[in-house]
Amino acid sequence: MNGTKSIMIVGVGGQGTLLTSRILGGIAMENGFDVKISEVHGMSQRGGSVVTYVRYGETVAEPIVEEGQADVIIAFERLEALRYSHFLKKDGVLIANDWRIDPMPVLIGAAEYPEQILENLEKQVKVYSVNATEEAKKLGNSRVSNLVVLGLAAKHMDFSKEQWYSVIEHTVPPKTIDVNKAAFDAGYCS
Amino acid sequence: MGKKVMMLGNEAIARGAYEAGVRVSAAYPGTPSTEVSEALVQYKDELYAEWSPNEKVAAEVAIGASMAGARAMACMKHVGLNVAADPLYTASYMGVTGGLVLVVADDPGLYSSQNEQDTRMVARAAHVPVLEPSDSGEAKEFMKLAFDYSEKYDRPFILRTTTRLAHSQSTVELAERVEHDLIPYEKNIAKRVMMPAMAKGRHAVIEEKMKELEKDSCVLPVNRVEMRDKKIGVITSGIPYQYVREALPDASVLKLGMVNPLPKQAILDFADAVDELYIIEELDPMIETQVRAFGVSCKGKELFTPLGEYSANMIRKAILGVGVEAKAPAEVPNRPPILCPGCPHRSVFYVLKKLEIHAAGDIGCYTLGAVAPLAVVDSTICMGASISSMHGIEKAAGKEFAKDWVAVIGDSTFLHTGVNSLMNMAYNKANGTVIILDNSTTGMTGHQDHAATGLTLQKEPTCSVNIPELVRALGVPHVQEINAFDLEALETAIKRAKDEDGIHVIITKTPCVLLDKRKKPLYIVHSDKCRKCGMCLKPGCPAMSKQADGTVHIDDTMCTGCGLCGQLCKFSAIEKAGE
Repeated sequence: MNGTKSIMIVGVGGQGTLLTSRILGGIAMENGFDVKISEVHGMSQRGGSVVTYVRYGETVAEPIVEEGQADVIIAFERLEALRYSHFLKKDGVLIANDWRIDPMPVLIGAAEYPEQILENLEKQVKVYSVNATEEAKKLGNSRVSNLVVLGLAAKHMDFSKEQWYSVIEHTVPPKTIDVNKAAFDAGYCS
Repeated sequence: MGKKVMMLGNEAIARGAYEAGVRVSAAYPGTPSTEVSEALVQYKDELYAEWSPNEKVAAEVAIGASMAGARAMACMKHVGLNVAADPLYTASYMGVTGGLVLVVADDPGLYSSQNEQDTRMVARAAHVPVLEPSDSGEAKEFMKLAFDYSEKYDRPFILRTTTRLAHSQSTVELAERVEHDLIPYEKNIAKRVMMPAMAKGRHAVIEEKMKELEKDSCVLPVNRVEMRDKKIGVITSGIPYQYVREALPDASVLKLGMVNPLPKQAILDFADAVDELYIIEELDPMIETQVRAFGVSCKGKELFTPLGEYSANMIRKAILGVGVEAKAPAEVPNRPPILCPGCPHRSVFYVLKKLEIHAAGDIGCYTLGAVAPLAVVDSTICMGASISSMHGIEKAAGKEFAKDWVAVIGDSTFLHTGVNSLMNMAYNKANGTVIILDNSTTGMTGHQDHAATGLTLQKEPTCSVNIPELVRALGVPHVQEINAFDLEALETAIKRAKDEDGIHVIITKTPCVLLDKRKKPLYIVHSDKCRKCGMCLKPGCPAMSKQADGTVHIDDTMCTGCGLCGQLCKFSAIEKAGE
């Protein structure tokens, strides 16, 4: 449908794509949009390539994003950014964690991890990147790297910082609110 | 207007059940159905929900609750319905007292399943009506309608979902719960004792009920016609309806909320009203075959695959001949799912690989032992099949052949149907080794309790099956419990089991790493001591990689401190950080 925003969150199972998509869906809903989120559960979550979709607009039918139709891809890992890059629209934006996690075929020497992924993608689409895992480690918890990347994405979206904070507070586990907000800030201010 | 919230399809199903006044729910976890039961727990003051050891038991619990006059449900994934098929087919003959709904989740695209079977076909064979929603809002409403219709037509109903519906969130408007008093129990052997004389009578009754429902379904509000441009007419249901709306916003649509039985007259009328008729349904041509049998010409599977999920673009391309343009996908290495860093299954598979043993596998995270570099799992069929198929291997190829085999099965899967298989081995004087990978949870589906964890679905303390005692009670003489990370003990036990006759059961009792909250020191590589031999890389831990100079690196964001790599290093190059 026209006017619908299509966002994909891609990464490696366990990196927090699900939580991120729920925060994104939450802020879109707060702003009065019709929202659909499509998640991945089960076996694919176990260290595999994962993708979740968030679509919002006046009315949204399809819950998934297809090739050539994503306005934004939020990628938690470089190889996953490349894997899904053809889903971006011509004027789409890639927000990426400049971080490498070798998949099993690379670890056992059956395949090679591509070099210069983000540099090459920059020649085709707008790319904003941050080493979110290092930033999260500085905060003492590498698991919040997803919020660092989300913070960078938020910088290029239209919602207010206060609204982001409010949705984060309502979405993440209560004990982790402070570290998640700090991670969001690290990305937002990068 | 009720409050509007975002809900997963599965959460909306639970909400619908709650609002419908459900009193009893039973389920065995299975992706993509698990979250229904997990969401029901929040309503525990007003309804009862449980984890049962398997889907057959769960369905029978629900049937009993319906007999007692309550609105009742059972939830399962598509292959779980196979396990519950026996009660399903006969419960169909019995009909219901309180409304009875089975929530069954199919998995087109095989995100987390061993096959892509279509529940609608099973339902048709069992004469069980099926409702199929298209988003979370409908999931909630259809759940309520399913109970109403179940009571009105004296039929158990199936609410069929798919992964994309179960795991997508959309807006749901909340309503209050409507309590339904227990319908007073009346003895009725003609309806409930399904011995031949009575079942004959009931078969005639259900044929009539299904005819009545088929006629009524032409006017029931779950089925609706959306008349737009008449050049293209589409009959569809479920999630594919959303793809149709996205791809063909001007097309006329007959949206089926009830996919069994089909509203024949409504279909004939719709077919007459449009120029070109398309049937768009994922998986089997269940609607299409019947529409063709009604004598209606249409297009369906000649344009659309019976495999996997559909999308709007697939429909645009097939019907309009144009799709949205996109670049070709980049060529990149695959990233298949893997055992987590610190997973206790990894060390067991490492030892099996070292001893060149084949494993008959089962359903759970440990299915991932089939992929490189471990690659020791030779087969995966269904819940419990590891033990019984290995038994068949021994009976066919002999005990010498079977000495190079073990069955591997998780604790939850063992209690699901593995117990019967092991009983069969003992009873039939088998030889063989079974390894119960006891990680004290139902892992793959996201950590649900079961009969041996000591907690109920509501996390209330309860008795717990003593698995070693259970195994002994089945007649197995050699039972041994070993820590999964004790490589030496594991190797000794497996070698001994291999050399001796009889049945050996080795229970590797070590909690799932994702549940193990103990903070353990991480491991680091002293690169000056690393001889680049690669021994530590053999188990395929994703936290470990070889660097350009050949030495090994441990990623501190992934290491859990399990110590498997440290045990394998002969040169003390891998040690706990700080030692």
